[in-house]
Amino acid sequence: MSGIVASIIDGLLVGSVYGLAAMGLTLIWGVMDVVNLTHGSMIVAGMFGLFLLTAGLNLPPYAALPIVLAGGFLAGLALYWIAVHRMIGRPPLMSLLSTFSINFVLIGLGTAVWGTVLFNVPVSVPGFTFGRYTFPGTHIVAAVLTALLALLLYFFLYRTRLGKAIRAVAGNRGAAELVGIPTTRVLSFAFALGASLACVSGMLIATLFPFTLLSGDVYQLKSFIVIVLGGLGNPTGALVGGLALGLLEGLLTPFMPVSWTAVIEFALFVVVLIACPTGIFALRRS
Amino acid sequence: MTDLASTHVAQRRDSVLRRPFFWVIGVAVIVFALAPWIGNDVELRESFMLATIYVILASNLNVMIGYAGYINFGSIVFFGLGGYICVYLMAVPQWPLAAAAPAAGVIVSALALPFGLGILRLRGAYFALATIGVNEAVQAFVTNFKPWGGASGMYLSTALFKPLGGPMQALWTIYFLLVAIMGLSLYLSWGIKISKFGLGLLAIGQNEDAASVMGVPTPLYKAMAYCATAFLPAMAGGLYFFKGAFIQPSDAFDLTFSTEAIAIVMLGGQGTIAGPAIGAFFYEQLRGWLLTSETFSNFQLVAAGALLLVIVLFLPGGLMGWLYQRWPRLSRWIE
Repeated sequence: MSGIVASIIDGLLVGSVYGLAAMGLTLIWGVMDVVNLTHGSMIVAGMFGLFLLTAGLNLPPYAALPIVLAGGFLAGLALYWIAVHRMIGRPPLMSLLSTFSINFVLIGLGTAVWGTVLFNVPVSVPGFTFGRYTFPGTHIVAAVLTALLALLLYFFLYRTRLGKAIRAVAGNRGAAELVGIPTTRVLSFAFALGASLACVSGMLIATLFPFTLLSGDVYQLKSFIVIVLGGLGNPTGALVGGLALGLLEGLLTPFMPVSWTAVIEFALFVVVLIACPTGIFALRRS
Repeated sequence: MTDLASTHVAQRRDSVLRRPFFWVIGVAVIVFALAPWIGNDVELRESFMLATIYVILASNLNVMIGYAGYINFGSIVFFGLGGYICVYLMAVPQWPLAAAAPAAGVIVSALALPFGLGILRLRGAYFALATIGVNEAVQAFVTNFKPWGGASGMYLSTALFKPLGGPMQALWTIYFLLVAIMGLSLYLSWGIKISKFGLGLLAIGQNEDAASVMGVPTPLYKAMAYCATAFLPAMAGGLYFFKGAFIQPSDAFDLTFSTEAIAIVMLGGQGTIAGPAIGAFFYEQLRGWLLTSETFSNFQLVAAGALLLVIVLFLPGGLMGWLYQRWPRLSRWIE
């Protein structure tokens, strides 16, 4: 019994990081109605950012966080101006295709340079032992950092002028423009913020598990599941959705082989999309 | 797009046989079948065989993307599932290819209809996400499904090539069958486009709510399109994996293949019949060239992605859109 509890707690720790990844995706969706399919490659960029900074520059792993955050922001700005800006206001399918093709280019470049071999970044943090179970230190640190970043994001969106501008543009772009908000600048900022959140979550995931260049697809799909659970376009919902997915994984792991959890997750994803596309938490509110 | 719909109705009054495009398709398919056969050119046949697969996937996908305006990221699930069913029927109950491949098509279509009624309630990006989810769910399931060999897949005995006249002859037979399926795909997408059903799909693509108000049975039409475009890719999947005598989940449900099909539809011109076919042919040639060239062999994905980006950004009508703009009368001959 206590084994299941331990598995659930560990699932929740990891799930919070999924939530962080999904927050970046859902922020972009909510603000500009763009499904950002470069999300997976941004996550991978964060992973390789950590790898390069620790292996190349000998930085301690968690010191890489601010650098990855800033790098992700700049990459996000560039992506916005290359692929997304011309698609704002056009049918959503066009931005879907343009970000999709950028993802292709990035993954193609990455595989040409690094191939698809497994990478691992050794991070040593003492674990927390409780009875017969030890929770890995990296999982705890990742969850704490995620909680910190989520709080900062909340503070930013609800307490600062720029954050309020982002929410105004998400609510009604035309009206936001009428009251003098520079919408294009706000949109590019929101996209860059979303991309940098994806990078940081990728970096944190790389401290937990080994990764390859193609890991982005897996975590991008997990992010989709999370934002569908939490309701599209809702950053707080994304964190709750991430915890829900982590809980599910933690619950399932003791009972079935790991490869079956993917079947259940994707089946759940399709069912939730069809049955309640506004997210399972929206049902209660309405 | 509106003048497209009005010319469409005017043209419908002609008999199908008197329209030049009917014969253009037929001649193109025959030339395609004979070109490698005349010189007994095996290398050309292999290259054309891949091109037929691309044409089949792209022109069936085009019915969803180009007519109804629904982006299906997971169209490869039809191909992969068809491949699995065909290989399974040949390996275990020992069915002949002539029965297994059509059976695969029928089963996949039959699955697609109820499924389409469910996921086609979603619109736009929601639908696109769901199709990715469906493909991943099916792949994850097949990876765990022991009767189909799980993650390591299924092999076919090469003895199965015997009834087709040995391995050499069998490859030619498979090629001709794939060319025939390609021809059927082109006629199917043309036939849909000039029918009332196709007009309904085009109306859905322009404005689904308006179409519904005007009396188009939108949920049924969308599900029918989903189901009709599952049949031929599933059969092609059966033939393709029979040819390789091996199938595994990561090959059968490879999202890259779906993506390439989308790129091809956009490249050739969505909503046209010739566009996806020409796009597929050129894409296959380009891909072959990139794979064999020393400098570019690692950058095949980069080139495909960059090409798609340029089309989406600057040429949303694709090759056919550009040609029609320059020579408007071309649309009488090539639709």
